[in-house]
Amino acid sequence: MADPGVIWGSTFFLVTLNPRIWAGLGVGLAMGMSGIGAAWGFAIIGTSMLGASVRVPRISSKHLISIIFCEAVAIFGIISGLVILSRIGNNVVEPPTPTDFKSSYILFASGVTAGICGIVSGLSVGVVGSGCALADAMNGSLFVKLLVIEIFASALALFGLISAMLLTTKASVDM
Amino acid sequence: MFGTRGHGGIFTFNRNDGYFEALVRGYRAGILTQADYANLIQCDALEDMKLHLAQTDYGDFLANEPSPLHTTTIAEKCLERLVNEFVHIRNQAVEPLATFLDYITYGYMIDNVVLLITGTLHDRDVTELIEKCHPLGFFKSMATLSAVHSVAELYNTVLIDTPLAPYIQNCLLEEELDEMNIEVIRNTLYKAYLEDFYNYCKELGGETEMIMSDILQFEADRRAINITINSFGTELTKDDRELLYPNFGVLYPEGTSKLAKTDDIDQVKEILNAYVAYRDIISDTSAEKSLEDAFFEYEVKLNKMAFQTQFGYGVFYSYIKLREQEIRNIVWIAECISQQMKSKVNQFIPIF
Repeated sequence: MADPGVIWGSTFFLVTLNPRIWAGLGVGLAMGMSGIGAAWGFAIIGTSMLGASVRVPRISSKHLISIIFCEAVAIFGIISGLVILSRIGNNVVEPPTPTDFKSSYILFASGVTAGICGIVSGLSVGVVGSGCALADAMNGSLFVKLLVIEIFASALALFGLISAMLLTTKASVDM
Repeated sequence: MFGTRGHGGIFTFNRNDGYFEALVRGYRAGILTQADYANLIQCDALEDMKLHLAQTDYGDFLANEPSPLHTTTIAEKCLERLVNEFVHIRNQAVEPLATFLDYITYGYMIDNVVLLITGTLHDRDVTELIEKCHPLGFFKSMATLSAVHSVAELYNTVLIDTPLAPYIQNCLLEEELDEMNIEVIRNTLYKAYLEDFYNYCKELGGETEMIMSDILQFEADRRAINITINSFGTELTKDDRELLYPNFGVLYPEGTSKLAKTDDIDQVKEILNAYVAYRDIISDTSAEKSLEDAFFEYEVKLNKMAFQTQFGYGVFYSYIKLREQEIRNIVWIAECISQQMKSKVNQFIPIF
């Protein structure tokens, strides 16, 4: 085990924790935070859509696409989580080697990347979807244009997924 | 973003109030447009108006009315529809939207109180008066207003149980309730109500404050100008007049202190020339368009802007005011048609 040095030194916490904690946290945060973002987005879109469809019933089916975009955010979160998970193997050498430290920290980072991208993307899709529902109820030709904005908002979660996948390739296999 | 002390921002507003905002926007989409007014103007009788209105969002609201239609019936039914929509939202709303919607009704409560007291002074029957009251301003102790003869009684027996109680503090000095004092009481109550509403909107912050502060400031200035013009030639002294001006608004404090000292309408117009918006309003008046119409038109313009933003409460207030303007328009057109004065029928104020 690495020498802890002075007990109140800045690295004491980091070097005495088993680094595999961080890898597990990465998986959890990737899925969890993406779930938070998607759920928040659903909540924001749902009420506006329902209220607007009282007078204009045609929008209730068209705007399920916004809901699908929010769901996509959650799915990207799951995929990121699974990709990170695939790097965690059965190797349990104690004490952890320096490679273990590096791999774990990389997996944590990739989880946080996917998670934060998931939250902001879910929120963004929600706010834009809410505006889209209200605008479409007034003027039907606006739907497709606002949908393009939502596609870009949803792409943020996709970027998070891709970054997470690329990061995990740096972690050693069967960590 | 996450909202100030009041309602939520862009991320949290929809949780409590999103459904109602979307509902009100649906209602707003049914406000009569230029095309509808063009149809209504061409009618020759009120029955034709009923047919044309049936094709708008109003639907069959006049279906059960007996055959010779009167304009008062049309106005009543339109107002009833608006009140149903308001009550539908108010019954489901939670804080802080519930308080905001209540504030909207206090203005009508003040009008009802004054109507009942004036009617009592002229010895009218209470039940007959209650039927004439504005439905949005009902409160429980309305019938007891017939037994009131002084301001202290008014406060202790009637207003103390209503939300208007804090507004009467400034006029407890008056003893008798008579014709003159009633107007002073109405304006004092309304001044306190406007100030309270304005402060509440500032507390809510966010989009609500942005929209409502403009609308309420215009309302305050309009009251100041109307009080000034209506008090020429009455017994109201200039100091008393100044006490009735609300203490916010574009005209406060310099404009109102100047307005308090004026004696005729030309001086008023000269003072208002310093303020761009009011200068434009005054120059817009003519033989056909009175100052009041110009004020209504400016109010419609301000209220339309509330619908340009999302995640705020301004839409609820503005929807009610725009519908009221629409009811005034419909009544104007109906009166012109029924009195065969089609030349004046275009003097309504178009909304959308």
